Amino acid sequence: MSEDAVRSAVTDDVPQSGPESPAPGPDSALLEAAGISKSFGAVQALADGSLELRRAEVHALVGENGAGKSTLIKVLSGVTRADGGEVRVDGRPVRLDSPSAARRLGLGTVFQELSLLPWMTVAENLLIDQLPRGRAGLVRRRSLPSEAEKVLAHFGIETIDPREIPERLSLAERQVVEIVRALHRRPRILFLDEATASLPKHQVDWLFETIDRERSAGCCVVFTSHRWKEVEQIADRITVFRNGRKVATRPSLNESEAVTLMTGRRVGEIYPPRPRAQPDAPALLEVEDLHADGVDGVSFSLRRGEVLGIGGLAGQGQRELFLSLYGVRRPGGGKITVGGREQRIRRPADAIRAHIGIALVPEDRKGEGLLLPLPIRDNLTLPILRRLSTGGLVRRADERKLVEGLMDQLQIGGGRRPTEAVETLSGGNQQKVLVGRWLLAESEILLFYDVTRGVDVATKHDLYELIASLAAEGRGILLYSSDTDEIAHLCERVLVMREGRVARQLTGAEVDTEKIVAASVMEEVAANG
Amino acid sequence: MASRAVDRRGWWNYFAAQQATLLLAVIILIVTVLAYLGFYAAQFHHLPNSFAWDSTITNALPLVFVGVGQGIVVLTRGLDLSVSGTMDLTNGLAATHMHASLASMLGWTLIVLGVGAAIGLVNGLLVTVGRLQPIVVTIGTMSILQGAAAAILPEPGGSIPQAYTNVLGNTGSPVGLVFVALIIIAWLVLRRRPLGFALYAIGNDPQAAAANGLNVARARIAAYVLSGILAAAAGLFLAAGSSGGDATGGDSYLLASFAAVVLGGVSFRGGRGSMVGVVCGAGVLTVLVNVLFYAKVNSFYESFYQGLFLVGAVLLGLGVTAFTSRGRRGGAR
Repeated sequence: MSEDAVRSAVTDDVPQSGPESPAPGPDSALLEAAGISKSFGAVQALADGSLELRRAEVHALVGENGAGKSTLIKVLSGVTRADGGEVRVDGRPVRLDSPSAARRLGLGTVFQELSLLPWMTVAENLLIDQLPRGRAGLVRRRSLPSEAEKVLAHFGIETIDPREIPERLSLAERQVVEIVRALHRRPRILFLDEATASLPKHQVDWLFETIDRERSAGCCVVFTSHRWKEVEQIADRITVFRNGRKVATRPSLNESEAVTLMTGRRVGEIYPPRPRAQPDAPALLEVEDLHADGVDGVSFSLRRGEVLGIGGLAGQGQRELFLSLYGVRRPGGGKITVGGREQRIRRPADAIRAHIGIALVPEDRKGEGLLLPLPIRDNLTLPILRRLSTGGLVRRADERKLVEGLMDQLQIGGGRRPTEAVETLSGGNQQKVLVGRWLLAESEILLFYDVTRGVDVATKHDLYELIASLAAEGRGILLYSSDTDEIAHLCERVLVMREGRVARQLTGAEVDTEKIVAASVMEEVAANG
Repeated sequence: MASRAVDRRGWWNYFAAQQATLLLAVIILIVTVLAYLGFYAAQFHHLPNSFAWDSTITNALPLVFVGVGQGIVVLTRGLDLSVSGTMDLTNGLAATHMHASLASMLGWTLIVLGVGAAIGLVNGLLVTVGRLQPIVVTIGTMSILQGAAAAILPEPGGSIPQAYTNVLGNTGSPVGLVFVALIIIAWLVLRRRPLGFALYAIGNDPQAAAANGLNVARARIAAYVLSGILAAAAGLFLAAGSSGGDATGGDSYLLASFAAVVLGGVSFRGGRGSMVGVVCGAGVLTVLVNVLFYAKVNSFYESFYQGLFLVGAVLLGLGVTAFTSRGRRGGAR
């Protein structure tokens, strides 16, 4: 029996009708991907990736980290070559063997990892594939900025200078440039992979208005996000991926259905009960009038067992506050008292060793902490090797016991061995490794900076539980998140920052999402923490 | 929420952010030249005559050309160790084969440049298609070329027609300036070709460049080909300047080419810098020899001072880059 015959025999068993099959017709499918598979070494990222896209729709692609969404998008963008499967555009089979092949078919992509050229101007980045040419075919470099300015203005962006280099832009601005570049190429299908992850609220609004316009113009926008509200708000259809396979495509889903489909099990309440500190718990960390680049006189105290939220719009000095407490930024003035002793923190080593230890868990896992190609074990024990050594040699048995116990406790990587490289773990699990490292180092003050950015729902849940249990064990936790919901559900006290200052302190019943957002955007300064 | 207007800064700010190291290279060149004038005048009580200038420029030409070639490769995050072997081979070829007829001189110039291009093509193909590390590939081709050069010209000798020397290695007229001008113009043209943008893009981030639809392999091969051609040209200048061949004459230019790239402010991480800076860097290194000579530095200590100078320039470059690349948000990143 030939292969085709086998395939048709198999498909004959599957009922062809049903709500999921599109009505046949001239404008039914713009793109169909079927049976896409892709393995990286032993890891199968995509087993049976399928997707069907129509003209003038916003199609959300949801699933946990590692479910295969990004890999599918990379395959459809020509960046990654699939091991098998078929892609049809306008009903014709196509070969997507390079990014330019994908672009010729009208497929444009905003990748999850930013792909701007950091030392070329915004203008050069926007126009790199259609540079304005003058005499003798030479590029008119002088007119690049004005051309780029027109492009940016066309998409309603007037706050980014085309002569600037991405290196000097904020993450959100770089993301906007990336999006504008993809739009400017007039794609018929635009893939946005976690494009909102680093955008503040008003820029998400801008993006959604833009997506709306593109949809009206007949463009198909494929959208991945871990923020369910965004998916509900904008998607016409939703495709759910799990373990490298398409699970379902539906016109609408509620969050709990989606979570069930994505995880294959029912996830109950996503947030654990709010941790509460003893009212008379001693202060672990006291900050008085801290000044730094972007931090303009912040004071607060963090008690034992407390989860203290730092809220506010993105870019109001939260990042700078965290980095100065951890010694990445040198504080410009102010007093930091750790466990009752005043400390000078000028570099991360000072913070780690500061009496009872301050540790940072950043959102940028690879940039600011993990050594990706090294084993999980080495990443965990790096700061405590001295303690684990006798006469300069590491006591491997002790190390293994410690590491295995911790991996078990934090449920890192479901059955991974400690010797496997950290880069084989999903983002959320990498985050856990970083937390685990500080637990081993016995840091009592943990700074969590946007740790759930780009992390899937189930792992988010694990991280929430972890934060709650760390607080219950008596650690002090400072938490910033770009998702205000998280702060509202995990913190008993929230400092809302604006322009480098604490604009308002919310406690007890005041801590809820609406109030935090309101305090973030309100102009009048009400109280000071 | 009112949208914030662009916080516009003067063109100077943007220029400085991208080209700080180029400015630094120009300043270092000016300072070095002034030091040269000072020491010269202190000794002879007059400024250098035109012969001194012409010969300095002519002496700088091999380094200018090989440096720019090296700089283009460094711009793409690569490096080309074979330039010294190429110079050995090409100056040997010219010294053994070129006759005093116009046809022979033109013909052999083209052949030699062609050989350089072929060497670059091999390097480029091995690096891109063969996916080998540039250092491994070019260390191999360097050895092969040095061997080939020694086979062609076992001991220094051969001859270069006087007419050829008059054009390429003339110390009695400012013709050297013409070649410097030519390579700067050629660079400015390349900088405005799509290939020029591709070279920068690869150096910024090869994966991002590919995701932008640029042909990364082609541009990278082109960089090695250009380096080969320019190293071959440097070999010709070397032969013309010494009016004979030497199969090891190019070897000292390998490290010097990197020094010129460093002084020129081209980042070894790729994607940043200008070949105009490399021309300045080559000028600095050449003038520096004169400075040390007229400052009566014992020639045993020459390389000590050159090294000191180089490290100082690199540190200065780092400082300037750190200062000018700070963003509006105090370098938020």
